[in-house]
Amino acid sequence: MTGIQLSPVKESSPRHNIHESFGRKSSGRIPAGLTATAVIIIAMMLFIILGNIVLNGVGVIDWKFLSHPPENGMEGGGIFPAIFGTVALVLLMTIAVVPVGVLTAIYLHEYTSPHSKVTRLIRMAINNLAGVPSIVFGLFGLGFFIGFVGNGIDTLFYADEGPVWGQPAIIWASLTLSVLTLPVVIVATEEALRTIPREIKDASLALGATKLQTIIKVVIPNSLPGILTGAILAISRGAGEVAPIMFTGAAYYLPYLPQKLNDQFMELGYHIYVMATQSPDIEATKPILYGTVLVLLLLTFMLNFSAIIIRSKMRSKNAH
Amino acid sequence: MPTDKEINLAIKTEVPYLNEPSANSSAGQPGPHINEAHKVVVRDLDFFYSGQQALFGISLNIVEKKVFALIGPSGCGKSTFLRTLNRMNDTIPGTSLKGSIKIDNLDIYKGIKDVSSLRTRVGMVFQKSNPFPKSIFENVAYGLRVNGIKDKRLIAEVVEETLKGAFLWEEVKDKLDHSAYALSGGQQQRLCIARALAVQPEILLMDEPASALDPLSTAKIEDLINELKKNHTIVIVTHNMQQAARVSDVTAFFYEGYMIEYGDTRKLFTKPEKKKTEDYITGRFG
Repeated sequence: MTGIQLSPVKESSPRHNIHESFGRKSSGRIPAGLTATAVIIIAMMLFIILGNIVLNGVGVIDWKFLSHPPENGMEGGGIFPAIFGTVALVLLMTIAVVPVGVLTAIYLHEYTSPHSKVTRLIRMAINNLAGVPSIVFGLFGLGFFIGFVGNGIDTLFYADEGPVWGQPAIIWASLTLSVLTLPVVIVATEEALRTIPREIKDASLALGATKLQTIIKVVIPNSLPGILTGAILAISRGAGEVAPIMFTGAAYYLPYLPQKLNDQFMELGYHIYVMATQSPDIEATKPILYGTVLVLLLLTFMLNFSAIIIRSKMRSKNAH
Repeated sequence: MPTDKEINLAIKTEVPYLNEPSANSSAGQPGPHINEAHKVVVRDLDFFYSGQQALFGISLNIVEKKVFALIGPSGCGKSTFLRTLNRMNDTIPGTSLKGSIKIDNLDIYKGIKDVSSLRTRVGMVFQKSNPFPKSIFENVAYGLRVNGIKDKRLIAEVVEETLKGAFLWEEVKDKLDHSAYALSGGQQQRLCIARALAVQPEILLMDEPASALDPLSTAKIEDLINELKKNHTIVIVTHNMQQAARVSDVTAFFYEGYMIEYGDTRKLFTKPEKKKTEDYITGRFG
């Protein structure tokens, strides 16, 4: 109903606005200086941290370091099992968290009215979930996934064996991480759903598409870049967390790689923690520690980067 | 400002279309011969946005294979009325409706369960061209696909035919796989018309289809409307009274949720019966 209309121009006084901006102008320099200082401090921090790690770590990294297991009680050898474990953990987590998060966001955005009690309750729960300290997620994973779900499966199906699922394992660690990263995926997806113009959804409905068809054929394809953003953020967050996996599946040292979902695994973040705190000779493990930190950073960066590339490819394919 | 009742009375007594036999048709009454020409019959339609009334007692008939124009100032309810005809208002939470709308003698609110099949019969073109972020081909094919057509050759045929019907084929035939966003504004709008036509609707609703377009593109859309009315009943909302005069057979004037009068376009623009209508079409307000 918006059309060009000749309505009398309101005599809103332009003079008044000029006076206002005079008042603002004089105080512009201090905020600019403050904000610039803040930026410089942050940039310096980042530079110091990264510089320290890169300088000390880059000499350690070679093919052997990346492809061999630790030796001599962590004082030698490589970190391959930890790299493998981290990638496997994050992939499993993504497989679990993205569908649940996306479906939740679609439910919240497409199927409920934003002001209903239920919606507000769910939103509140999601926000609170995002604020829970990660160690609590670790304890939750231990209690719920291992103690309740895992033990439950064991008593039902493996009554005469030792613990099969009721023990720390990569599946439980990744599920715990996916609970931790769920809010990130939900929020990012909702953000993406919000950007889809109503007109496009209307066009689909007006062509006789059902709501479900509209969601599958129009809403989801167009919010894929946003969904991927959510996945990226979840991966970054998940790959760096140690506390949630400490009790739920990460191992101090394993002579083999995880083969099954109920195997334990080594993980870079946990490996760093172990080497920094549990090693008998801190000085001897220090170079390896730096190398491991650098690898973890690079790995997270690479995961992020590949997701960003996929996202931008999708954007250019979808839009213009 | 006359009251609700006065206007209803005025409509019932003075508008000739309503006094035809179809005016008292009921759902049970057989005989399409009576209603042959009346594609859409609206009676006593009230419409509410979360309790706030937007339409008051609208009663009118829309004749088959004619162009029916809705004019009136912003906020007068003409778009709301248009969107009741394919139940697009259903997508807005908190809306409700009283009265009846019958298409081919079937009440589209009480008589049908499947809204999506109604919308394949009553197509819609929006004010702002809103192609999907897909290729030109996929835009036109969309309606076919969601309605369960999988035969690739059939889809390709219908897409070509529809684009030809929308006078767009010559301009896009070499770039069907290009993004629809690469087209100009006028082409995009004709693509949206083609997209709506692909599912072969009987009625086409157009909500200010040319309001965002330049005069040349507007002329093309108007030519298209003249062509389309051979096979379709068209209901068009327009801000542009010259456009209403050029393309429509019947015009209805809406004001503040009431339909003030409606009738033969030429007559309405030359000899309106109501003062309000005259004031509006002569540009005294709006």
